[in-house]
Amino acid sequence: MRLLTHNMLASNARGAVTGYPLKLQVVKWSTKEVEPNPEFLRGMLPKIDWPALVAATQALGLPELLPEAPPTDAELSAEGAAADEGSALRRLHRALLEIHIEEGALVCPDTDRCFPISRGVPNMLLHEDEVRN
Amino acid sequence: MPRPEVQAPPEIFYNESEARKYTTSSRIIEIQSRITERALELLALPNDGVPKLLLDIGCGSGLSGETLTEQGHHWIGYDISKSMLDVALEREAEGDLLLADMGQGLGLRPGVIDGAISISAVQWLCNADKSCHNPRLRLKAFFGSLYRCLARGARAVLQFYADNVKQSEMIVTAAMRAGFAGGVVVDWPHSSKAKKSYLVLTCGPPSLNSSLPKGKGQDGAMCSDDDESDDGSGDEDGAQTVGIYERNRPKKRQKTKKNGKGKAWLLNKKEQLRRRGREVPADTKYTGRKRKSYF
Ligand SMILES: C[S@@+](CC[C@H](N)C(=O)[O-])C[C@H]1O[C@@H](n2cnc3c(N)ncnc32)[C@H](O)[C@@H]1O
Repeated sequence: MRLLTHNMLASNARGAVTGYPLKLQVVKWSTKEVEPNPEFLRGMLPKIDWPALVAATQALGLPELLPEAPPTDAELSAEGAAADEGSALRRLHRALLEIHIEEGALVCPDTDRCFPISRGVPNMLLHEDEVRN
Repeated sequence: MPRPEVQAPPEIFYNESEARKYTTSSRIIEIQSRITERALELLALPNDGVPKLLLDIGCGSGLSGETLTEQGHHWIGYDISKSMLDVALEREAEGDLLLADMGQGLGLRPGVIDGAISISAVQWLCNADKSCHNPRLRLKAFFGSLYRCLARGARAVLQFYADNVKQSEMIVTAAMRAGFAGGVVVDWPHSSKAKKSYLVLTCGPPSLNSSLPKGKGQDGAMCSDDDESDDGSGDEDGAQTVGIYERNRPKKRQKTKKNGKGKAWLLNKKEQLRRRGREVPADTKYTGRKRKSYF
């Protein structure tokens, strides 16, 4: 699971208020380089919950990867940003799309319900008595 | 054979041997990708070349997702069957996979998803597989959460097999109650084998954008291909022949398992698509890279 997905995902379990953001517990993670796409990132940025993304990178032990405030549209559109490893664009790209959580867990902030992640796949299945209906 | 939905719950029906068919049967592979291409066409994403964030609900082995990836999109896949997701991992699906039950709701933040597809999965919600299952409540939880997570104006295209008119109505009604506009597009309605129903939904108030496209073969034309129900069930001669055919087939696709599909495979696949006239991302130093691990 990439941090892009983590940023969108909430706990559905009974008792969760927003169920968001899920606390990230990381045992193993990996990176896979993919080509940056500035337009995708620009379109995505307004939908990203920035504090949750920053918290996720901190849980990974990468406190330097992202700044406290989200990059501006101008920063993301800056010429040469895609080629410059240190640019705001490339950092955002790396955080959202190149980091994969392989083993660990997601923990509901409201109920502490733990959703294990195994082989990169979070198990979000609820027991019947946890389903909200 | 009765439809798979009446044989066992999905997490039981889609066991290892059923999941295996999704890598070994060229017929299943062909049908999955053909339905997905049609679903994408009906999804009518803006033709701006910008990748989108999509959902694949009942993503299974990742065959449908592979089509999304080929078109450059990012996707999040939901499936209730671990065996199916294991196959998706094996084939190195590019999307993020979640082991989850759509009948429990999708659990996504509001308005963040650009579109959703689902291939032959939603009809599973019409069954009460456990005593505590109420199909109406499960459909409501699913469509309600789908509606909320989609961006305004975004679409969802859900191909499904209904057992009867009542089931089909139950699904459509649940979608409309959740706030969606849209309806069912039927391709090849006159062919028992090729007939496919797509629930095409638009999020938000009805607009030009939510008028329903026409199904294929509505005028009585027949589908030229010998297409069948993709789960090898129901319609005519599906199930049994698949089973036998499977066992005797050399397992071509499994070769790719151990070291991943590799760069050569990927480059070759991209070349194939290019020859078919598809737009494919250019080959770069990133193409087919492996993941590095950290502990
Ligand atoms: C016909 S298969 C689709 C396969 C998939 N499109 C692929 O490319 O492999 C239907 C899938 O829906 C899944 N499914 C059925 N009920 C489900 C549910 N309640 N929640 C999530 N997935 C479900 C099944 O596990 C199965 O993998």
